[in-house]
Amino acid sequence: MSVDRILPTPEAHDLLDLVRELAAKEIAPRAAADEAAGRFPRDLFTLLGSSGILGLPYAEEYGGAGQPYEVYLQVIEELAGAWLAVGLGVSVHTLSCFPVSAYGGAAQRAELLPSLIGGELLGAYCLSEPQSGSDAAALATRAETDADGYLVDGVKAWITHGGVADFYTLMARTSGEGARGVSCFHVPAGLDGLSFGVPERKMGMRSSPTAQVRFDGVRLPPESLIGSPGQGFRIALAALDGGRLGIAACAVGVAQAAFDVASAYARERRQFGSRLVDFQGLGFMLADMATSIAAARALYLEAARLRDAGRSYGTRAAMAKLYATDMCMKVTTDAVQVLGGYGYVEDFPVERHMREAKVLQIVEGTNQIQRLVISRAVARGNAQ
Amino acid sequence: MNIVVCVKQVPDTATERKLRSDDKTLDRDAADGVVNELDEYAVEEALRLKEAHGGEVTVLSMGPAKATETIRKALAMGADKAVHLSDDALRGSDALSTSYALAETLKKIGFDLVILGSESTDARTGVLAAMLAERLGTPQLTLANKVEVDGSAIAIQRVTDYGYDKVEASLPAVVSVVEKINEPRYPSFKGIMAAKKKPVETLAIGDAEISADQVGLASAWSEVVDFAAAPPRAAGTVVKDEGDGGVKAAEFLASKKFV
Repeated sequence: MSVDRILPTPEAHDLLDLVRELAAKEIAPRAAADEAAGRFPRDLFTLLGSSGILGLPYAEEYGGAGQPYEVYLQVIEELAGAWLAVGLGVSVHTLSCFPVSAYGGAAQRAELLPSLIGGELLGAYCLSEPQSGSDAAALATRAETDADGYLVDGVKAWITHGGVADFYTLMARTSGEGARGVSCFHVPAGLDGLSFGVPERKMGMRSSPTAQVRFDGVRLPPESLIGSPGQGFRIALAALDGGRLGIAACAVGVAQAAFDVASAYARERRQFGSRLVDFQGLGFMLADMATSIAAARALYLEAARLRDAGRSYGTRAAMAKLYATDMCMKVTTDAVQVLGGYGYVEDFPVERHMREAKVLQIVEGTNQIQRLVISRAVARGNAQ
Repeated sequence: MNIVVCVKQVPDTATERKLRSDDKTLDRDAADGVVNELDEYAVEEALRLKEAHGGEVTVLSMGPAKATETIRKALAMGADKAVHLSDDALRGSDALSTSYALAETLKKIGFDLVILGSESTDARTGVLAAMLAERLGTPQLTLANKVEVDGSAIAIQRVTDYGYDKVEASLPAVVSVVEKINEPRYPSFKGIMAAKKKPVETLAIGDAEISADQVGLASAWSEVVDFAAAPPRAAGTVVKDEGDGGVKAAEFLASKKFV
């Protein structure tokens, strides 16, 4: 059952129709098998790229689709509902393109953006390190300036698309300690000294490689720098504000997918002569699930509309990420409960949804970090 | 090369399809309209021929106003322009009068090659390509799973029960395609946006010099006298294996022409 969406333009409806068709025919049917086999669906990203879906929020003059976040995020929601590895992959790719789009110089944008968002290439975003997760400003990867540009040494951790991406958006230290010593770089795959760890063995999202990205004397030309020296941490946080909305949209998509299965099951399955949904215990549980999904969708869309209107939206994005991912964990857990034993086995997708949900409470700022962001806004008196 | 692809809007096969109780024609409001699936292969083949040989792809669709959705889909895939033959007088046309109306329109708009799906998922007569070729006085190359054009020569592989026939002709010609011929592309978002700006010419029967007395329900050579819902699926045949199960299974498959 498709969600009734209010979209700003007729073309946005056409876009969502296209995405739903791709999701139903090309993405969802492969999710279970490829997740079980740990097979990365690179070809699906190629298909999404040729369909124009890898550069939705970016400017048309560079080959993007010029879509507002309000629309882009609902696309992410639909993709994630079909298969989180794909929806989150598109979100991470979009995040990886953001620094060049928002902070790159005119020449850099003209040279790099068309290929980054044009559909052929897939991006990765390198901020976290083994010892620097939530405390991202403590990152230790160094980019030393020399006569030819930069020499990069260090290890990035938990990198989505690590080893399969075509470019890596890197945050590395160019001067002293703390946030102000960080700069942002564009790193194409294939450079000497760039290598990857064995992909992590994850609870969910097993088809999407997450790996260490190792820089061992990687040489970057001066034009690899995005923005100005020392601006990297600010760029990283700005990228994450948008990225968090992507994760919120993913969470709503996964929760909706689990709810669709659970509610259909509850309407069909009979025990003691009645449909499950007609037992108040389960009917109320499903009512709470539906309500919280709708609330989370409304919250991420409100944050998106703030962003689209050029307003400050970081706190609202943190709220959306926090609420939507906690909601997703609860709803997918309840979906497994509705299906009982059937929910716990791989014959139904809800156990996968539940495993997928967990990572969303962790990535792009744990939900504790989201609370920190929100509480700091409260302390400043502008949490809205 | 001037290629015209005939596309038809049909009720979605995934939804419940109905006939109208009053005149026993298809109830087009009862189900979502989609592009006839085989016509997507026809559009894809036309686009591939254009990409290889140059020229222009025109979509031709006969149907009510709602059929513009189908036309837009074909344009979004990459066709250049469209002609929409739409007139209340055409409602209820059978295959013969449909072929007449389309042929008259094709004569008016001109073509080197006409491509269509080998049948529609609603009426499933599968005769339109042959009728069109006859009315247009061109060769018919039907049930193609491969099409090759070389200058004014055209050759297809015609799918048969035993393999395929190689059929050759010269342009202009009418070709119908089967689903094995290609893998239709998805429209891109940019294609969808571009489709809104592509020209769609809407013709009434008078514009294409189609006689009202040769089309529509009243002129149909066939008449639906009565109809009934399909009976629910009956229980299958159970074959007990008494050492000859394999033989019986093979006989069953052979009787259905699966082997």
